[in-house]
Amino acid sequence: MSHFDLAAVLSSPDFRAMLWTGIRFTAIVFAGSWFLGMALAAVLLVIRLTPSTVAQRFVAGYVSYHRNVPTLVQLMLWYFGISNLLPDELQAWLADHKGEAIFAVISLGLCQAAFFSEDMRSGLRGVASGQAEAARALGHSYVGSMRYVILPQAIRNAVPALVNHTVSLFKNSSLAMAIGVTELTHVVREIESRSFRTFEVYAVGTALYLAVSLLLMALGAALARHYRLAAAR
Amino acid sequence: MWSVVDIVRDNWLLLLIGQYPHGPLGGIAATLILSVFGILLAFPVSVALALARLSPWRVLRWPVTGLVYATRGIPLLMIILWTYFLLPVLTGHTVSGFTTMLCTLVLYEGCYLSEVVRAGIEALPKGQSEAAKSLGHGYYGRMRYIILPQALFNMLPSMLSQFISTIQDTTLGYVINVQELTFAANQVNNQLLTQPFQVFFILAITYFVVCFTLTQATHWLERRVAARRRGIPAAVPVTPAADGLPLPTGEELP
Repeated sequence: MSHFDLAAVLSSPDFRAMLWTGIRFTAIVFAGSWFLGMALAAVLLVIRLTPSTVAQRFVAGYVSYHRNVPTLVQLMLWYFGISNLLPDELQAWLADHKGEAIFAVISLGLCQAAFFSEDMRSGLRGVASGQAEAARALGHSYVGSMRYVILPQAIRNAVPALVNHTVSLFKNSSLAMAIGVTELTHVVREIESRSFRTFEVYAVGTALYLAVSLLLMALGAALARHYRLAAAR
Repeated sequence: MWSVVDIVRDNWLLLLIGQYPHGPLGGIAATLILSVFGILLAFPVSVALALARLSPWRVLRWPVTGLVYATRGIPLLMIILWTYFLLPVLTGHTVSGFTTMLCTLVLYEGCYLSEVVRAGIEALPKGQSEAAKSLGHGYYGRMRYIILPQALFNMLPSMLSQFISTIQDTTLGYVINVQELTFAANQVNNQLLTQPFQVFFILAITYFVVCFTLTQATHWLERRVAARRRGIPAAVPVTPAADGLPLPTGEELP
């Protein structure tokens, strides 16, 4: 093996195009499942706050399943298992339209919703009950007390956990390679097997992942600081 | 529904122990062995990393902080690929998938666990360390007899959670063909070809049963630890001294 030579990887237009594909798919899977997860988490939270025990049990079961089954297994169940139960026309359509990426977004999003909804719920529970009572006593309606008193504090409480889980979702997007999504890790492996420049390619992939993760962590720290200042004011 | 029962009946041995004795140990047995050894070996690593991060010397603190941040920022899959590539280069031998995965887990879980241990040490009241110092304990004695026993006890539930994460992380060994439960399920699926949903459903349920049981154990342990922590200070009554100043409360006592 020759010396460390990044240019050997980065100067080839082929490899650059592959890397770009990888970055794009990682971004699509990450962003898609983040938004799906957040939206579903809000729905789960609302269901959990209803007085119905059946509905609460359902959400508790949903959360428990997604926390206790490894994410990779959830991906496999969706991509190999559930896809197989779909009607043939739909399967054919999915095969033509990057079905693996769609299933990655669905399964990572559903899984993430469980984590996000728990983060939001503990954020809400962290707001003292006196806050709601005081807001109602001041004449706020239920919606008004939520909007102006409870939610701003709950979001503040939930931000650190939500950021942590966002970082882990970003890292988990790499699991999509196991079902054939051409995201960053997949592409890194492919370039490695073509160029044999293992060290260089892995270094590029690792640096990209690390840069985004650290950026997300820094963003989270800045948000937490911002909220602490807002709370102190 | 019956096909699930049939698949389990025909393949339970493969899912349980893999191809052993005719091949390497696999299935649930390998998953559990990998997780148990991974976490046991990661434990001393994590204590060492935590102490290094809390040490007053920058030479120790900075590189370890960097290592922990890097490990938290890089996907486990990428770290597995690195180990897979580097271990044979560094040792000069071919390394089995099992060993590769074990080494990766020790590094990865060690870094995550070190954050748990560090939080446990930092959560102890400062008086503990000061009292130990005033009793004449050096750094080693302080850590060995006063700080670590308390911090590690309080952190038992978090360590069990980390063990659950380790079990889930072993599934990634699939990518480098480590013979464990996920690998076995994929073997079964490749033999049958026609019932992927049933096979992966069985796989998911198996992991669920194992991890859910352990999660319940974590909650139980949490309550036990919390009860003991509450119980001790309450046993020492606070009595005002003659000059009207309260004596130290039980909070500082071990």
